[in-house]
Amino acid sequence: MRKEEIEDIEINLLLQGIYSRYGHDFRNYARGSVKRRILNFMAKVDQKTVSGLISLVLHDEAFFEKFVRELSITVSEMFRDPEFFKLLRNQVIPYLKTHPFIKIWHAGCATGEEVHSLAIVLKEEGFYERSTIFATDFNDSALMNAREGIYPMERMQEFTANYQRSGGTGPFAGYYRAAYGAAIFDPSLRKNIVFANHNLATDGVFSEMHLVVCRNVLIYFDRNLQNRTLKLFRDSLAHGGVLALGSKEDLQFSEVAGDFKILDAKWKIYQKTSI
Amino acid sequence: MENLPKNEHLKFDLYKAVVIGVSAGGLNALKQVLALMPAGFKLPVIIVQHLHPDQDHSMVEILDRCSALRVKEAEEKEPVAPGLVYLAPPNYHLLIELDGTFSLSIDAKVNFSRPSIDVLFESAADAYCPGLIGIILTGASSDGAAGLRRIKDGGGMAIVQDPAGAEYSIMPSAAIEATEVDYILDLQGIGKLLAVIGREKTRELKTQN
Repeated sequence: MRKEEIEDIEINLLLQGIYSRYGHDFRNYARGSVKRRILNFMAKVDQKTVSGLISLVLHDEAFFEKFVRELSITVSEMFRDPEFFKLLRNQVIPYLKTHPFIKIWHAGCATGEEVHSLAIVLKEEGFYERSTIFATDFNDSALMNAREGIYPMERMQEFTANYQRSGGTGPFAGYYRAAYGAAIFDPSLRKNIVFANHNLATDGVFSEMHLVVCRNVLIYFDRNLQNRTLKLFRDSLAHGGVLALGSKEDLQFSEVAGDFKILDAKWKIYQKTSI
Repeated sequence: MENLPKNEHLKFDLYKAVVIGVSAGGLNALKQVLALMPAGFKLPVIIVQHLHPDQDHSMVEILDRCSALRVKEAEEKEPVAPGLVYLAPPNYHLLIELDGTFSLSIDAKVNFSRPSIDVLFESAADAYCPGLIGIILTGASSDGAAGLRRIKDGGGMAIVQDPAGAEYSIMPSAAIEATEVDYILDLQGIGKLLAVIGREKTRELKTQN
């Protein structure tokens, strides 16, 4: 048997073991990226085989916490896909403003770069005070970072360029202060954000959302888990609510395709039409 | 083409896919190679070309116009089909799953690149080796060197553009440094070698039927 095939068996055992031991379910994740992250982690902790990792993960909870962080964190960027944020500002928010008060679910917020971007757009459009944002992730240490809103100073140049191209109206530097090589984002951006632990693979719906944002999370899931998650979003949205996915994440071939109409085909913005 | 390999050295029945990694100078190099590949080429060709994150689709369109094969952007969960040329989308890593479908990720850059050649090559090695042909063309980066070694270690074939004639020699040189490659050829040689492999593959499939 090829070495890769044996490794595949080991990874199956590892993911099954994690599920039985801790309830975290990575079994329906797209395997390519999961494997890459496992191998990266093995190199860091100097383990030669996945089998060696299994024993440590099952018996040492602190070690598992380290591992799950490696397995789940996606470092995003602020205003990734500036054109998307421009659409959000110019097309989606004017529609949302027809409601007196709105609820937004930002699912899979990781370390919070995108939810801070969303808060900035809402503020500049004068709608932040009428919004509540639920920002969720299943990774507690990522959520902690998101709650702090502190990002490396060296990324600000990239974030600023993205912000300007997204149609931002203020000086971007007005949203953070620099200290110790870090950019600390203004707490007023997080005033209406509720950070909470939620696992898309195992947890249930949020109720009556007007906007669900979940970008570049579904690409890490297999078809089954994608469908489960999309149904969760459908059932969490109010009638007429808006769903924003990543630019490579398409509803077209999913089980909820009939429940939505397309608002923007390129940037994968959909509106719920079913009751 | 005195340095073209003899056919008996090639294990035609083995090959299932071709992966190409290319960076600076890539558009011209890919145009030349793809122009030499005949219609009816029986393997999928999967390409990572380093691009600016906001690059539009013009690269796909340009390459599609100069190739007899259909060139398209690889889509998430799309099954890899023979005879098509796929380009990784800008700002995403492109991977191949064991079931022969594409997947994408926004994981951290690898070798300062997303998409990264190493990420494609390593996942493709898992999916296809020993039946994988890996090719490194012009570029000013060392991305792809580790991936090409993985392909070679898995029993696949490693081809590198001759650094002497490459628009940027750093990437081909890094690949040659890291791996005992099977062929070092100019762009014409690479195109012709692929055409030979494609033709033999067709003959073999006909014999099987």
